Amino acid sequence: MGWDAGDIVATMSVTSPDSLDAALAALADNPAAHVLAGGTDMMVELNFGRRSPAPVVSVGRIPELRGIDVDRSARFVRLGAAVTFSEFLASEAASQAPALAQAARTVGSLQIRNAGTFGGNLATCSPAGDTLPVLVALSATVELASRDGRRRVPVEEFMVGPKRSALKPGEIVAGVTVPIIDGWQGFATVGTRNAMVIAVCNAALVVDRHDRSVRLAMGSVGPTILRAPEAESVAARMLFGAEPTSARADLLVEFERRASAAVSPIDDQRSTADYRRHAVGVIARRLLDRASREMP
Amino acid sequence: MSEVNGPSERFRLHVNGADREVVDAFAGASLLNVLRDHLGLPAVKGACEQGECGSCSVLLDGTLVCSCLVLAASATGREIVTLEGLTPAAGLSDVQRAFIEEGAVQCGFCTPGLITAVHDLLDRRPDPADADIREALAGNLCRCTGYGRVFAAVRTAAAWRRGEAETH
Ligand SMILES: Cc1cc2nc3c(=O)[nH]c(=O)nc-3n(C[C@H](O)[C@H](O)[C@H](O)COP(=O)(O)OP(=O)(O)OC[C@H]3O[C@@H](n4cnc5c(N)ncnc54)[C@H](O)[C@@H]3O)c2cc1C
Repeated sequence: MGWDAGDIVATMSVTSPDSLDAALAALADNPAAHVLAGGTDMMVELNFGRRSPAPVVSVGRIPELRGIDVDRSARFVRLGAAVTFSEFLASEAASQAPALAQAARTVGSLQIRNAGTFGGNLATCSPAGDTLPVLVALSATVELASRDGRRRVPVEEFMVGPKRSALKPGEIVAGVTVPIIDGWQGFATVGTRNAMVIAVCNAALVVDRHDRSVRLAMGSVGPTILRAPEAESVAARMLFGAEPTSARADLLVEFERRASAAVSPIDDQRSTADYRRHAVGVIARRLLDRASREMP
Repeated sequence: MSEVNGPSERFRLHVNGADREVVDAFAGASLLNVLRDHLGLPAVKGACEQGECGSCSVLLDGTLVCSCLVLAASATGREIVTLEGLTPAAGLSDVQRAFIEEGAVQCGFCTPGLITAVHDLLDRRPDPADADIREALAGNLCRCTGYGRVFAAVRTAAAWRRGEAETH
């Protein structure tokens, strides 16, 4: 734990640029540098010697990365990469993306939410990351920036594997754009307590009245966030089809079965694969049940 | 742009209202490590070093964070307040007195982090409901006193701030 002399590398340096361009230039000059935002993932690795010290470009205070924009006419919310969970929860954007707010509120503890950022959650790309299933279900777009320019990537393409993202050397997450949905959205997670847990499994459900679609995204049950198209079509039938109310209970059971069938969980110290498969079906069904009751 | 180079470069932190020179810390050191071992502020406790226990809680630009998760050299130019900075020059803060009044201290290791978190809570929310207290203190682990007396201390400090008389 902590630092001992053997860990010290003479090239360790910390740069705190005050603009995005300066940060991108610093990274272009040194593509091996580590980007630091809230530090809630990176410092654990540094403290425990799981990440070797390297030059650090600290982006947490860059104004261009800290913006929260709500555009009601174009119907999207944009969060800068260095926006913390607490800043988002205190903003009007939270009410425009309620499932994302539910997920943000379950992250860690107050101390973690005060420091941890959306960009850090995306870049860490943990299959258990709490914002990720919501961002997938909401069809969010990740903005990436490097000295060579900008590109926008659907969040589903941004995540390529466990802890692996589409980020290229010299590139950083600049922000994430989340559509404002007309319909219903919710997030649910399973863990051993309310605070400070890495999800055993989590799920987000988004019902889009505009195109009559339903999107279910599940986390911690596979190498990336998983969708369940076969379950989604059952949900769409239940919510938008001409199914009689008497069919509701059967459709919920069928939805749960298909959600569980869509995942490929593993056994680890937090849970068995069997429990994950079961539990994620249960929370998916509860989300759909709530959606069907609460949708205006 | 500020830059800190090399394993033992100097940098300056603003801690408890004063500029403090850090001369001999490694650039990868956590703020916990620097506050405690280099700047002699022992109220900042190191336990888990992974943000789980809250013993190292400090205020960074007025926001409660775990100092073990802050890279010290990245905290230049920011306002850092430890429990030493929340303690009046003479006597104790109302939250500290409330912890004593309610017997909310046993081994004491988690206490500075808890008291810092309670100051943060009451400054944001002077009259917290029980659910607010639970959510605000979920990141501070206590393994011997238990939380009943800690919650009582929060309610007592909140009552004093509402103007109810102190009993002792
Ligand atoms: C006690 C504790 C509890 C936690 N609980 C949860 C939880 O409940 N749910 C959850 O999802 N997570 C949780 N986490 C993990 C962590 O808080 C989140 O993943 C957080 O979003 C990370 O953000 P950060 O700004 O702190 O990242 P940092 O630690 O600063 O960075 C993390 C990684 O992302 C990279 N990075 C950061 N920002 C950018 C950027 N803009 N562009 C490119 N790369 C970037 C860094 O290089 C690094 O590799 C917890 C962590 C701790 C310590």
